[in-house]
Amino acid sequence: MSIPTTNKQTVEIGKANKRKYMLEKVSQRLFLICALLSVITLLLIIGFVFYKGAHPFVAEGYSFIDFIFGSDWVPSEDKFGIFPMIVASIFATIGALIIGVPIGLFTAIFLAEIASERLAKIISPAVQLLAGIPSVLYGVFGLAIIVPFLQNTFGLVKGQSLIAVILVLAIMMLPTIVTVAETAIRAVPQTYREGSLALGVSQIGTIFKVIVPAAKSGIMTAIVLGLGRAIGETMAVILVAGNSLIVPTSLTDSVRPLTTNIALEMGYAFGTHQEMLFATGIVLFSFILILNFVLAKISSKGGN
Amino acid sequence: MEQSKEATIINVRDLNLFYGEKQALFGVDLAIQEKEVTALIGPSGCGKSTFLRTLNRMNDLIDGVKITGEIVIDHEDIYKSNDVIKLRTKVGMVFQKPNLFPMSIYDNVAYGPKMQGIKNKKELNLIVEESLRSAAIWDEVKDRLKTSALGLSGGQQQRVCIARAIAMKPDIILMDEPTSALDPISTLKIEELITNMKEDYTIVIVTHNMQQAARISDKTAFFLNGEVVEYDDTDNIFSTPQDQRTEDYVTGRFG
Repeated sequence: MSIPTTNKQTVEIGKANKRKYMLEKVSQRLFLICALLSVITLLLIIGFVFYKGAHPFVAEGYSFIDFIFGSDWVPSEDKFGIFPMIVASIFATIGALIIGVPIGLFTAIFLAEIASERLAKIISPAVQLLAGIPSVLYGVFGLAIIVPFLQNTFGLVKGQSLIAVILVLAIMMLPTIVTVAETAIRAVPQTYREGSLALGVSQIGTIFKVIVPAAKSGIMTAIVLGLGRAIGETMAVILVAGNSLIVPTSLTDSVRPLTTNIALEMGYAFGTHQEMLFATGIVLFSFILILNFVLAKISSKGGN
Repeated sequence: MEQSKEATIINVRDLNLFYGEKQALFGVDLAIQEKEVTALIGPSGCGKSTFLRTLNRMNDLIDGVKITGEIVIDHEDIYKSNDVIKLRTKVGMVFQKPNLFPMSIYDNVAYGPKMQGIKNKKELNLIVEESLRSAAIWDEVKDRLKTSALGLSGGQQQRVCIARAIAMKPDIILMDEPTSALDPISTLKIEELITNMKEDYTIVIVTHNMQQAARISDKTAFFLNGEVVEYDDTDNIFSTPQDQRTEDYVTGRFG
């Protein structure tokens, strides 16, 4: 039935296949190397930051507790306390969440559930474009619009303040929250909507009692991702924060979050001062790590 | 005539439905009797599900649907009145695939009444128990009311869906091929349930399964290409159909 193959043909086929197998192996290795590259980079960055940042505490006898809870940061007098910055970072992030999450969530609900297809096709790309704007431009926008606005409206001496940071961060986290939450809401099966509406429940009732709870884990992911964006943002924050080294007691206080501290001083710092900036990086890194851990927990819960 | 003794609860007159340019229903006239089971049969794409969904205005969810003609339920033209919420509490629906929410069994059944504003715990408990009993599922789930409804078998889920519809105390229950996703034993249970339910409810059921229509319905409407070809007592439809197309369909010559 089958066409008989001569010995010569078999050898030829074998040769051709050998080349294929070789190529297969080589490309597998190549892909592996690429994949390892990001892991290696991550480890290098962590190692470097921790090596530099841990040095003053391990070898130079500085107290880590004093570093975290100290409220004075005067490098020239050998005082390194980052408590005001930690507080500023946390307040700025929480504030941005309080403003950004409801707006982002409502936008996502509007796009996924209420808006006509035509309207959604205009708003959705606009929101996604917001994500592509370089962060320094957000800072410039904040400096040119939000800061003067705050100055004039509240009669502040200086418009650069915690509230300015919060507003800029809230805008910056919007695209992340909207996009991820919208995807989660759209993924809720149509049958849930029909089931609820067929019971004589209004559209808004259906959204808040059935659809949002069903998309809960996706929405939580959206919030945590937005939070990550806010806590790590540097460039835009420098321009509108004011950068004063005080523990903020009001929204109109000038603040210096962790990220800006590193960016502002790394350029000229050396010795212990420089190492302390790396230590600031460790603290920031820990925040992000905790966030990622929370995120992983949430998404694994969503899977069940 | 026996016909005149029965009370018409749904009266459909000259109903046309368009999906954009495409017409899906052509001049449908149908009078559905109270506390009977009416079956809608016909081949796929004949408009029977579309027609069912006009009765509680579920087609409103689809963009570009246009409807002419009238559907009178309880002396009210449902497309003239704009109270869709009231209509849907009166006309419940059970879907092709069980579509319970990802909540507990209790919360699924209590959902409708709760959203209608019933807050009293005792009252809700009573509604949940009564509804589950009416749907012949109470004994199977009474010990696990607080567990997720999605852990039940497909047949059980579908009966909880029926309980969820009953909890709203509707007059009419629409069923869109409620057994097509179920095994024969679950199907049998639901058919028994439907037969018992017609004491209290008017049921309109779309089915692919002609034996099912013959077993459980009092009246049958045969749909073909968006028109009602024949509408009569189920016995007549299956024994002495008037139209050649009906005869061809019920004897299995096409569809």
